[in-house]
Amino acid sequence: MSSVSPTEIKREFMKSKIGLIGVIILLSLVILSVVAITTIPIDTFKQWNNPGNWISYPKTSAPAWVNYFVMEKIPEHLILDNPTVVTKDDIISLTSHQFDVQYHYDDFPSDFIYEINVEYSGSQLLQISLIRPDNSQILLVSKSLPQSDSKITHHERIFSTDGNIKKNIQIHFSEMGFYNQNTTSENMIFANNNGDVLKGNYLFLVNIYGINENVNVIDSKLILGGKAYGMMGTDELRRDLAVGLLWGTPLALFIGIAVAVGSVIVGLIYGVYAGFKGKKTDEAMMRFNDVIYALPALPFLIILAVTISNSIFLLVGFLMIFSWVGIAKVSRSMALQIKTRQYVEASQMMGQKNSKIVFKHIIPQLLPYAFASIAISVPAAITTEAGLSFLGLGDPTFPTWGQILHDANTYGAAARGIWWWIVPPGMMIAITGLAFVFIGNALDAIVNPKLKK
Amino acid sequence: MGLKRYIAIRSLTMFGVLMITLLLTIALVGSNMDVILKQGIVYQVRAEITENPAIAESFSTVEEFDKFIQDQIDQRIETLGLDEPWYSPQRVGFTMYKILILDFGNATFLTSDSGSSNVGDILLEKIPRTVLLFTTATIIISIIGIFLGALAGSKVGSAVDRITSAFAVISSSFPVWWIGMLMIFLFAFTYHIFPARATPSILPTEPGYILALLYHMALPLITIVMIGFGAWAYLVRNFMVGTMQEDFIIAKKSAGIDKKKIIYKHALKNAAPPIITILALSLSGSLGGAIITEAVFDWPGMGRLYFEAISVMDLPIIIGATYVLTVLFLISILVADLLYGYFDPRVKTE
Repeated sequence: MSSVSPTEIKREFMKSKIGLIGVIILLSLVILSVVAITTIPIDTFKQWNNPGNWISYPKTSAPAWVNYFVMEKIPEHLILDNPTVVTKDDIISLTSHQFDVQYHYDDFPSDFIYEINVEYSGSQLLQISLIRPDNSQILLVSKSLPQSDSKITHHERIFSTDGNIKKNIQIHFSEMGFYNQNTTSENMIFANNNGDVLKGNYLFLVNIYGINENVNVIDSKLILGGKAYGMMGTDELRRDLAVGLLWGTPLALFIGIAVAVGSVIVGLIYGVYAGFKGKKTDEAMMRFNDVIYALPALPFLIILAVTISNSIFLLVGFLMIFSWVGIAKVSRSMALQIKTRQYVEASQMMGQKNSKIVFKHIIPQLLPYAFASIAISVPAAITTEAGLSFLGLGDPTFPTWGQILHDANTYGAAARGIWWWIVPPGMMIAITGLAFVFIGNALDAIVNPKLKK
Repeated sequence: MGLKRYIAIRSLTMFGVLMITLLLTIALVGSNMDVILKQGIVYQVRAEITENPAIAESFSTVEEFDKFIQDQIDQRIETLGLDEPWYSPQRVGFTMYKILILDFGNATFLTSDSGSSNVGDILLEKIPRTVLLFTTATIIISIIGIFLGALAGSKVGSAVDRITSAFAVISSSFPVWWIGMLMIFLFAFTYHIFPARATPSILPTEPGYILALLYHMALPLITIVMIGFGAWAYLVRNFMVGTMQEDFIIAKKSAGIDKKKIIYKHALKNAAPPIITILALSLSGSLGGAIITEAVFDWPGMGRLYFEAISVMDLPIIIGATYVLTVLFLISILVADLLYGYFDPRVKTE
C-alpha cells in the first residue's frame, strides 16, 4: 500500500470529471439545504403531519409548470391574501378588499373559499360581489356579522357551496335567462353564455359596511380551488410537496454523513487497534466482528425501530451498528502491513505508547482510504433510512423522502397516476446517492492504484 | 491451520452468532410478548365467563366476583409460566430450546393461505416463493454480470466498459423499491402489460397457478435484474482488470493464444474465488433485502410476511422469520467461506 499525500489527492481529484460532477451535485444539495433551513420556517416542517396546517391547499394537485406542456391549461390553485384595500370614512364607513384574478385556464375552478378574520364592534354588513370580464356584476353574499357592543374578533369562512351564494346566482342568471340549476356556483359564475369557461379578468369585491368605523381586518384571504399548485404540486393530504422535498435534503445529508463518518471512525480505530495488537486481542476482536457481520441487518433494524424507538437520531445509531464492520476488516489488514514498516517498529522500540503509535503513525496512513469509504458508505445509509421510512417505520416528526414515498404508496399514487408524488422523492434519493458515489469512486481510484488502469 | 480445523472454527462461530441473534431478538420483543400474552389470557377468561352466565349468578357481591376473575387470570398466568419475567433464565432457555428444535409455536394473528396458524407451516409456505423470485433473479443477474463484466474488463476504456461502469455506478444509487414503484406505475397502470399486484388472483390448487405465478413474477423479476446486474458486472470487471495484468495472462497473450479463450478460460477462472464468494453472499443477502421489495410488489413471500408480522406485532412470526433468515444467511456465509478455501489454495495453508 503506497501512501498518497493530500496535495497529490487534490491534484488527481481535480482531474477526475466524475469526482467534480459529484462535488458540484453535493454543493447544490448543500445550497438547497441552506435555502430550506433559512427560507422555510422550522414550524412548517413540524406541522407536516398536521392536516389543519394545510387546509387552504388543494388536494393532489399537479405542479403548476405542467401547464407549459399541456394544451388544456389546468386551473391553478390560487391563494390570494394580498388584496387592494380601499377604506372610506363617511356616516357609513366602508372597508373594501379587492381581489384581482386573471383567469385564463381551460377548466372551471373546483371551488372558492373566502376566509376573513376581523375585529369590530357594533353591527357590520359583509358583502361579496364579483365583476366579470364582460363587466356584469354579481352579488354573491350579503350578510350581517354578529352584533356586539364590545370589541370582538370574528373568524368566518364562506364556501362556494354556501346556500346564499347559490340563491343570489340563481336570481342573477335567471334574469339573464340562462340559469341551469344542476350547475355548481363556481361553474356558473366563471362561464359564458354557452356554458364554457369565460376567460379574462375577474374582480372579487369584499365590502364591509358599518355605522361606526371600528373595523380592523386582520386577515383576508380568497382561495380559488384548482388542480395545479406550486413547484412540486401537493399530495392527497393537501401538503405542499415542495416543503417536504426541500426539508428532506438536510435530513438525508445529515443521516448519510453522520452514519458514514461515525461508522468509518469506529471501524478504523477498531480495525487498526486489532491489527496492531495482534495475537489474542486480534482474534477476539475479529470474532466479535464476525458476529456483527453475520447479523441480518434489515430485519434487525426493523425490530429495533419498532420496539425501541423510531427517532431519527437513534436510527443513525442503529445504522452505525451494522456499517462499521467491513471498514474494520479492511483497516485491520492495512494496519497489519503498516505495522511491519521500519518506522513503526523503531518507535515501538523507543518505547512510545501504543495509543500514540496507532494515532500518529498508522491512522494518518489510512486517512485517504477512510475518506473514500466515508463517501462510498453514505448512499447505503440514505437508502436504508429511506427504505425503513418507506415501510412506515420512519420518524414521524421529520418529513423524509422515504416517508413521502410511504404516503404515496399508501394512497395508491401509482394506480392513480400521481407521478409528481412518486418521481421527485426517489430522484432526490438517487441524486444524493449518486453525488457521493461519484466522489467516492473518484477518491477510490486515486487511493487504490490497482483500479487505475 | 488445517482445513478441518478451519471449518470447525467457522461453524462454531456461526452457531454462536445464531444464538446471539436469537437472544437479541427475544430480548427486543420479549417484554411486548409478555404484555400481549397476558392480555390474551384476560380476554380469554372474560369471554368464558360471559359465555356461561351461571358463574356470574353464583356470586352475591361484585368484589367477590372480581376476585374470582382475578384468581382465574393469575392461575392461568402461573400455569403458562408467565408469572416470571420474560428475561428469567428458565423462560429464555425454554424459548430458545423450542426455537432450536424448530418449534415456533402458533402465530397470533396471521395465517398461511391454507389457514394454518402454525408458524412453521406459514414459513414453509412462504420460503419457496421468496426463493423462487430472488434466487431466479440472482442467477440471471450473475450470468449477465459475469459475461458483461468479463467483456468490459478485457477491453478497458472501450465503449462497453464505459457504459457498463456508468450503468453500475448509477443503478447502485437507485433504491430497488422505488424503481419498483415506477415500474408498476408505467407497466401496470399506464400501459397495462403486467399486473400491479404480484399475488396471483387464483388459488394455488387450481391448474393454471404456476403460469399465473410466473406472469405475476415478471415485473418484480425484471426490476430486480435491471437494478442488480450493473453492480455485478462492475465487480467482475474490476477482478478481471486485476487478473488481465498478471504475468501469466500476458505470457499467454504473447504466445498467441486466442483472446476469447484467454478471457473465458484462464482469466475468469482466476477471478473465480471472489466471484463465487459474492454469488453465495448475494444469494442470501437477497433473501433479507426482500422485505421492502416484496412489500412494494405485494409478492407473497418471506419479506412481505415479515413486514406484515411487524405491522401487527405478530411476535412468534417475527422470531421465527428472523431465525430462518439468519440461518439462511449464516449457511451461505459458511458455504462462501468453504468455496473460497476450495478455489483458493492459499487459504488452506495460511
